[in-house]
Amino acid sequence: MENSVIVKLEDIVVVYDDEMVLKKINLDIKDKEFITLLGPSGCGKTTTLRIIGGFAKPTSGNVFFDGKLINDIPPYKRHVNTVFQKYALFPHLNVFENIAFGLKLKKTPEKEIRNRVHEMLELVNLEGYASRNVDLLSGGQQQRVAIARALINKPRMLLLDEPLGALDLQLRKEMQIELKKIQQQTGITFIYVTHDQEEALSMSDRVVVMNGGVINQIGSPEDIYNEPENAFVAKFIGESNIIDGIMHEDYLVEFAGQKFVCVDKGFAKMEPIEVVIRPEDIRITEPGDDTIDGTVENVVFKGVHFEISVASYGKTWLIHSTQYTAPGTFVGLTFTPNDIHIMHKSNTKNVMKSLVDEGEENEQ
Amino acid sequence: MKKFFSGCYVALVLLFMYLPIFVLIAFSFNEGRGRVWSGFSFKWYGELFQDKAILGALGNTLIIAFIASLFATILGTAAAIGIHNMRKNTRSLVKNVNSLPLISPEIVMGISLMILFSSLHITRGFFTMIIAHITFCVPAVVLSVLPKLGQINRHIYEAALDLGCNEVQAFFKVILPEIMPGVISGFLMALTYSIDDFVISYFTSGPSSQTLPLIIYTITKKPMTPKLNALSTLMFVVVLVILFVSNMNGDGASCKKSKKKAKKA
Amino acid sequence: MNNKKLRWLALPYLTWMVLFTIIPLALIVVFAFTTRDGNFTFDNIQHAAKYLPVLVKSVWLAALATVISLVIAYPLAYIMSNMRLNYQNTMMTLVMLPMWMSFLLRTYAWMSILETNSGLLNSFLGLFNLGPVHIMNTQAAVVLGMVYNYIPYMILPLYTIMVKIDRRLIEAAQDLGCNTYHVFRKVIIPLSFPGITSGVTMTFVPAVSTFVISQMLGGAKNYLIGDLIDQNFVSGGYNPHYGSAISLLLMVVVFICMGIFNQFDNEEMEETLK
Repeated sequence: MENSVIVKLEDIVVVYDDEMVLKKINLDIKDKEFITLLGPSGCGKTTTLRIIGGFAKPTSGNVFFDGKLINDIPPYKRHVNTVFQKYALFPHLNVFENIAFGLKLKKTPEKEIRNRVHEMLELVNLEGYASRNVDLLSGGQQQRVAIARALINKPRMLLLDEPLGALDLQLRKEMQIELKKIQQQTGITFIYVTHDQEEALSMSDRVVVMNGGVINQIGSPEDIYNEPENAFVAKFIGESNIIDGIMHEDYLVEFAGQKFVCVDKGFAKMEPIEVVIRPEDIRITEPGDDTIDGTVENVVFKGVHFEISVASYGKTWLIHSTQYTAPGTFVGLTFTPNDIHIMHKSNTKNVMKSLVDEGEENEQ
Repeated sequence: MKKFFSGCYVALVLLFMYLPIFVLIAFSFNEGRGRVWSGFSFKWYGELFQDKAILGALGNTLIIAFIASLFATILGTAAAIGIHNMRKNTRSLVKNVNSLPLISPEIVMGISLMILFSSLHITRGFFTMIIAHITFCVPAVVLSVLPKLGQINRHIYEAALDLGCNEVQAFFKVILPEIMPGVISGFLMALTYSIDDFVISYFTSGPSSQTLPLIIYTITKKPMTPKLNALSTLMFVVVLVILFVSNMNGDGASCKKSKKKAKKA
Repeated sequence: MNNKKLRWLALPYLTWMVLFTIIPLALIVVFAFTTRDGNFTFDNIQHAAKYLPVLVKSVWLAALATVISLVIAYPLAYIMSNMRLNYQNTMMTLVMLPMWMSFLLRTYAWMSILETNSGLLNSFLGLFNLGPVHIMNTQAAVVLGMVYNYIPYMILPLYTIMVKIDRRLIEAAQDLGCNTYHVFRKVIIPLSFPGITSGVTMTFVPAVSTFVISQMLGGAKNYLIGDLIDQNFVSGGYNPHYGSAISLLLMVVVFICMGIFNQFDNEEMEETLK
């Protein structure tokens, strides 16, 4: 499924009040894909979306749409529609009037408007709600109206800014499935902004991980999860064990006082690196020569698995296992060469800082 | 017991507030001129409607109030939108300027405008009155529109642009309907301020622009006339009717809303 | 709606405010310090200073009226804020209704009630062989007129702030051992302070600068600073230089009074919160 590039961001820099919000972003978005911008608050993901929508202008750099420069095209002349944070429905209009808003502006015939609004209501499962007051709808229903209002204009691309942020967990899961379905039905490119890694991984064709105004990694959800490019991505996407190590030569790495065979190559000889191992990739066995040995400190039942911490020579390892091991047991830890992910050290600055900032809401 | 005392207290304060009004009304129906009851009559109402000065002043009051409120509403609504989009520091500075006419003593505002007009050799009359009334009405409009702007979802304007509105269409189709309640209440406030104003009018009016409060002031300086009582009774009735009607409307609207809510539940 | 272009919509308004508020107020200062020929002088201020006793009297009467209004309005506002919601709305209308009537007419009504010879009060007292009392044309009548006219401006801000006080705070205070007196002293009064501040401002400022109430109810002896200003502009000819000097004095006094009050306000606040 190789599609043409619909939007191209080239060296985008945005400065707000002397603060650099985006630092030279380059990104190609392909036609008909579901792409997610993922990152903590303040990472620049919403700003990137607003640049594409036309609500913010890059301080420098270019935005191309279908190969044409659109830096100075106002939002109302772009073939792009947006589902806003908290929906931004027009409270003085009812459901029908909200959805018909864009068509009425284009002076579409009354009859066509009615047909298309009803099509849309069907698409988002809101048949029979046409004359409702939008203020009296539930969050999930408002969400659907916002999607219908944007999609009715048949945009080439739909921008969604944390669209599920205000919904409760159950509803969020349902809407995730539904959004994906709508995207597949309509064949419109979706650009989705979220700080929720699970949402990003479960819906997207491609995920763009951002931090501090920089793109850290672009890839399929599997790539992002299995082959994080640096410690930030590794920590932001799921839990992981990150350990300092040294790359002796291609396919041979040393960490935790032992040498391991791995599948990575292309590093300098004796280069200091960082190793990521996912907790579910570690198995607990008897202590032996080729295992990392330690004592079980703590066991927490997490519903599907046990979360086990093992202390080994000053380092605590996190392991997810379906088998219970009693605290105090002396155990060995093993993993296959495939489970060892090696990252360059230079990429890992400021990781802790941005993970701390993550809790703050509302970016520009 | 506690309830009884608080009830009495409320009644006493209301009596204090309404006693003069009831006295005015009662004596508007008095046959004679004095303070002694000499029989029921509508005579003073008849005379009131023959008083050309009072009727003329009523006309002036309404014309000035309407023009000044209209201008103040347009000026103030635009200003509120501008202020809302300013940086924090500029915004609080402008808000302080806005409150100047509201916190300065009215008499000072009145004479300051009088000095301005006479320094510029502008003869006082309709024109100066309207300028003065706009000046003290605009801050009220700004104050009643600003909070409405704060309430609207900040993405709503962008949503309109996103769906194909240009900036002007977005304003008229989305922003204006949203802030309309504030605009209307600002207009009504301006209207009542203007109709009611005496002090500033006193210093900025000319012989051609006598309004009702100014005429009333002139009459109170002369010996008593029950015509004034008749006038105040009529004004009281008009206000009551307006309040009653607007309350009815308000109740109607809230009823409708709660019904809708009930339906949803 | 964050659009920098929209800021320009405030331009006509700002121009208007500069032309008709800031420049005129600056003109008062200019006129207060200049002669008829435009030369700098202190004469106007010295002339105005001769009326210091009138100024003191205006401040005293206005302060008295403000305190009385506060004492009457505070319990009323508290009672109102505890009423059932539809009663609250009715009360609001009742409090505001008189403000919709010309204050000249309402003050005029007091003239007919208070008049010594044929006034209603003395006629009423006469039925019981009491009186006559002389209130008309005294300072008491002026204070009464001020309280009567401006008490709605005291009630409304007090009420609006008291309605907003979370009832749970009062319950929490009681739960923590406050009796009724302490609930007032430690919770309700500190929380209603913003209402007191704006109520006092809205009552004191018009009261101290009035000239109608003193003319109608105070008679010739009880003229106030407002009457002096009036005399220098309308009723006694046009003397903008003297008039401006007196107005400037009034403005300064108002600002000093409000400053003192706000100071007291802050201290009281800190005191109560200790």
